[in-house]
Amino acid sequence: MRPFLLALLAKEPAHGYELKQALEQTFGSAYPSPNIGQIYVTLGRLEKDGLVRAVDVEQSNRPNKKVYYLTAAGRESLDSWVDEPTEGPRVRDEFFMKLVLAPMTGIADRTALINRQRRHYLGLMRDLNDLAERTDPGNRVALLLIEGAMLHLQADLEWLDRCQEELG
Amino acid sequence: MSAPPVVCTVNLVKIYQDGGVPVPAVRGVDLRVEPGEFVAIMGPSGSGKSTLVHLLGGLDTRTSGEIWLDGKRADTLGESAWALLRRQKIGFVFQFFNLVANMTVADNVELPALLAGASSRQARERREYLLDALGLTDRAAAAPAQLAGGEQQRVALARALANRPRLLLADEPTGNLDSRNTRDVLRLLGEVHREGQTIVLVTHDARVASLADRVVTLLDGQIVDDGAVAAPRRRPRGGVGGVVELRG
Repeated sequence: MRPFLLALLAKEPAHGYELKQALEQTFGSAYPSPNIGQIYVTLGRLEKDGLVRAVDVEQSNRPNKKVYYLTAAGRESLDSWVDEPTEGPRVRDEFFMKLVLAPMTGIADRTALINRQRRHYLGLMRDLNDLAERTDPGNRVALLLIEGAMLHLQADLEWLDRCQEELG
Repeated sequence: MSAPPVVCTVNLVKIYQDGGVPVPAVRGVDLRVEPGEFVAIMGPSGSGKSTLVHLLGGLDTRTSGEIWLDGKRADTLGESAWALLRRQKIGFVFQFFNLVANMTVADNVELPALLAGASSRQARERREYLLDALGLTDRAAAAPAQLAGGEQQRVALARALANRPRLLLADEPTGNLDSRNTRDVLRLLGEVHREGQTIVLVTHDARVASLADRVVTLLDGQIVDDGAVAAPRRRPRGGVGGVVELRG
């Protein structure tokens, strides 16, 4: 979560709860709602590494709240996160390793593995359909994220077909 | 007595002749579809999916085996008897839409209901509902030739559903659609299915298949998998949003 918080703080200084809300508003239900404790732990680590700085702001009738600012080092770290090309999805995933290795050991046959995986992917796709239905049509960020996940799943399923043709 | 299955095939075989060389497309398929079930047929291209639904719709003749529709033996019917059965019981969405060129969209969609004896008011109301659900209301007066491919495809779906057929057969019903139009089709399929519509469709689109109760996978003309779509796993934290995170 580190770079996400840095990016939000690059926009404007904020306290922990505001960061949680900003993440929720931006991604909607397409991003698992972060736990506030997790956000404070991450902010603490960022502070220790000198990437953010906390300033106490006095509040009447309440404990002081900490507002976090991005430091120059934080800005640099964020820049290099943004500038670096992002890794694509890994193809040699755990399922692929099972597919290759399990039949050698006699534990499972490939057709059964592929069939089970297909049903699992379709179950995930059903979740995504539900999620898309429940997402505010105005939240384009969330809908794009869901559509991306759907396209990845579609590709995974087509690849399963290829596995079945070649190995099944 | 419980209702007979809407579709039942017994050792269904289709062998094409290609210049004297036999090419098996469907090799011994036993498929049973109960009333109200939604079955998606998947599999690599050339696995026999389209051939199978064409056989079920009587658009192609089987080489051997049996086809029962709604408890009635169908594979032994002649062409005109098949045409009658299709009109009474089956809505079919083809890959190429086969709309009537010199009729408007509205008339194309109303025709099956009118042929089946619906009143013109019933036919119109059903047509209005279907075209609205598919985002085509403002195209009702157009001729098929004036429509884009994706629009024609949705009109074909509306026509197939006009009659609330005993069985909806479809071959790649979202093959020409962008994702917004696909969403409309998915929503409509889900809706009619909830109302009890029996559906058998061929698709390579996982969004469509994931709506189905059951997915049948073909490989080389044979069923290699037939089962329910996996129920969603419990996700203790993060909700469904966790699904979106790419597995890596």
